[in-house]
Amino acid sequence: MTMAPADIQKYGDELYAALVTRRAIAPLTDRIDGITIEDAYRIQERMVKHRLDKGETVIGKKVGVTSKAVMDMLDVRQPDFGMLLSGMAYSEGEAIPTDTLIAPRAEAEVAFVLKHDLNGPGVTAADVLRATECVMPCFEIVDSRIKDWKIKIQDTVADNASCGVLVLGGCARSLRGLDLSVAGMVVEKNGEIVSTAAGAAVQGSPVNSVAWLANTLGRLGIPFKAGEVILSGSQSPLMPVQAGDHFRCSVGGLGSCGVRFA
Amino acid sequence: MTLDKQTIQKLAAYLEEAEMHAHDVTKITDDYPQLDSEDAYAIQAAIRDIKAARGTRVAGLKAGLTSRAKMKQMGVDVPIFGLLFDYMSVPNGGEVKTSELIHPKVESEIAFVLKKPLKGPGCHVGTVLAATDFVLPAVEIIDSRYRNFRFDLNSVIADNTSSSRFVVGDVAQNVEGLDLRTLGIVMEKNGEIVAMAAGAAVLGHPAEALAQMANHYGARGEEVPAGAYIMSGGATAAVAVQAGDAIHVRFQHLGAIGFRFV
Repeated sequence: MTMAPADIQKYGDELYAALVTRRAIAPLTDRIDGITIEDAYRIQERMVKHRLDKGETVIGKKVGVTSKAVMDMLDVRQPDFGMLLSGMAYSEGEAIPTDTLIAPRAEAEVAFVLKHDLNGPGVTAADVLRATECVMPCFEIVDSRIKDWKIKIQDTVADNASCGVLVLGGCARSLRGLDLSVAGMVVEKNGEIVSTAAGAAVQGSPVNSVAWLANTLGRLGIPFKAGEVILSGSQSPLMPVQAGDHFRCSVGGLGSCGVRFA
Repeated sequence: MTLDKQTIQKLAAYLEEAEMHAHDVTKITDDYPQLDSEDAYAIQAAIRDIKAARGTRVAGLKAGLTSRAKMKQMGVDVPIFGLLFDYMSVPNGGEVKTSELIHPKVESEIAFVLKKPLKGPGCHVGTVLAATDFVLPAVEIIDSRYRNFRFDLNSVIADNTSSSRFVVGDVAQNVEGLDLRTLGIVMEKNGEIVAMAAGAAVLGHPAEALAQMANHYGARGEEVPAGAYIMSGGATAAVAVQAGDAIHVRFQHLGAIGFRFV
C-alpha cells in the first residue's frame, strides 16, 4: 500500500513547518499505518521542495545510518540519504547558533566532492575513486524534527535524513594514496578526546557509502552531479550539543575540522 | 611496601604457576588487602626472577590501562607497566595455542623500538619521539590469571599486567612525518570488524605511554634501554577470542597483522 499524494503532501508540509518553527512533531510511524521507506522518501521530497521554492539550492547529499550500531538501533540493513541544501553550510570557525536548531547532535565524518557526475546503478568503489575531486574532514550537525528523536527509519528518511547543518574543514586531499578505511578519526569535545575510530566504521569504507548512494540515486533517477558534496556517514557516536560547546575532528592523512556553537 | 620478602616470593610463585599451567586463581588482594603498588611491582619483579632462573629472557616492555575508558573504570590516572618474555612472541601469520592460555583477549596497539635510552623523570612525547628508532604495528594477547578477569589495580600489576602473548607486524616506519595521534587501526575477527580506534585512544598520543613508563622506571633509578621493544598499550578495546578464531588488524601506514587461535 502506498500513501495517497495528498497525505504525502500533508506530512511533508508538516515537517517543513516543524523545521521553520523549530517545533518538533510526533513520529509519523505512530500516525500512519504501514508507511513504507518509499513513502518516506516522497515525503522528504515534499519537505525539501519547500526549501527549494524559497530559493535554496541542492549542494549535495548525505548518507545516514551507515554504522552497525545505528543500523541495529533502527533495525535496518542499509543506509539512507538526504539532501544537502545551500542554507545548511557554515564555515569553519563560524559559531552555529543552537537556537536555530531543535535537538542538535554532532557527527564527525569525511566529505567527498565530486569532479564528475556519478550515474548509478553499476557504480563501484573504482568509479567513486575516479569521480572524486577531493575529500575533506567535516562535521554534520544532525537534528530531528521528530519529537525527542523518537525515530524509526521511515521517520528519519521523511525528515530529510535528520539533516541539520554542516561544516567542512578547510583542507582537502586527493584520494590517491589515501586509504580511508584505515584513516583514524579522533574527536574532541571541549578539548577532551571523546572517541576514536577509523573510516571502516562507515560501510567498511566511506568510499563504499558513496557507491551505495550513487547506485541508489541512479535507481531513483535523482541527479548526482560534479561539484556536489557528499557527507559519507558518521565515524563518531551522536554527540549532543549545547551553546558554548566546541568540537574538533582529526582524520589521519587528511586534516581536521572544528565546529563551535553559540 | 607492606609485605615481607617471603610473602612477595610466595605470591610471585602463585601467579607464575597459574600462568604456566593455564589455570585461573583468586585475586591476591583478597588475602592481602593492604598490598600496595610497590608490593605489586615487587611481585612482578619476582616473577621475572623466577623465569630468569629458567633461562627465560625479557623481550620487551608494555604499558597497560592506557585508555581513558579503562583508567576511569579502574579509578586511576596513570598507566601500569609490565614485562614481555621471550616465549610470548608469536610471529605474524602464526598460531596461538589456546590450550596454553586461560581466557585470552586481543587488543591492537602501536609498538616502539628505541635507538636511545629513556631516563625519567621529565620524559615527554618529544623526548620519546627523539629516542625512537622506529614504530611497528602490534597485537597483544592479554590473559589475566584472575578468575573472570576480575581484579583491582594492584592485583593486575602483580600479575605482570596480564601479559600473555604478542604479535609484531613487519612494517617499520620512522616517526618523522607520521601522525601517531590520528593513525587508524581496524581489527577484524573472522572477517568481521570488531574494534576500531585511532592512536589518540592511548593517553592522547601513544608516545605519552612511553614517557610515563620512563618516568615510572626513572623514579626507581632505572632507565628504559636503547634497543628496547615497547608496546604502548591497547588502542582498541580488548576482544575475547577462542580456538578457531582468526584475527586480522589493519594499521594506517603500518601494514597489517594476521594470526589464528588454535
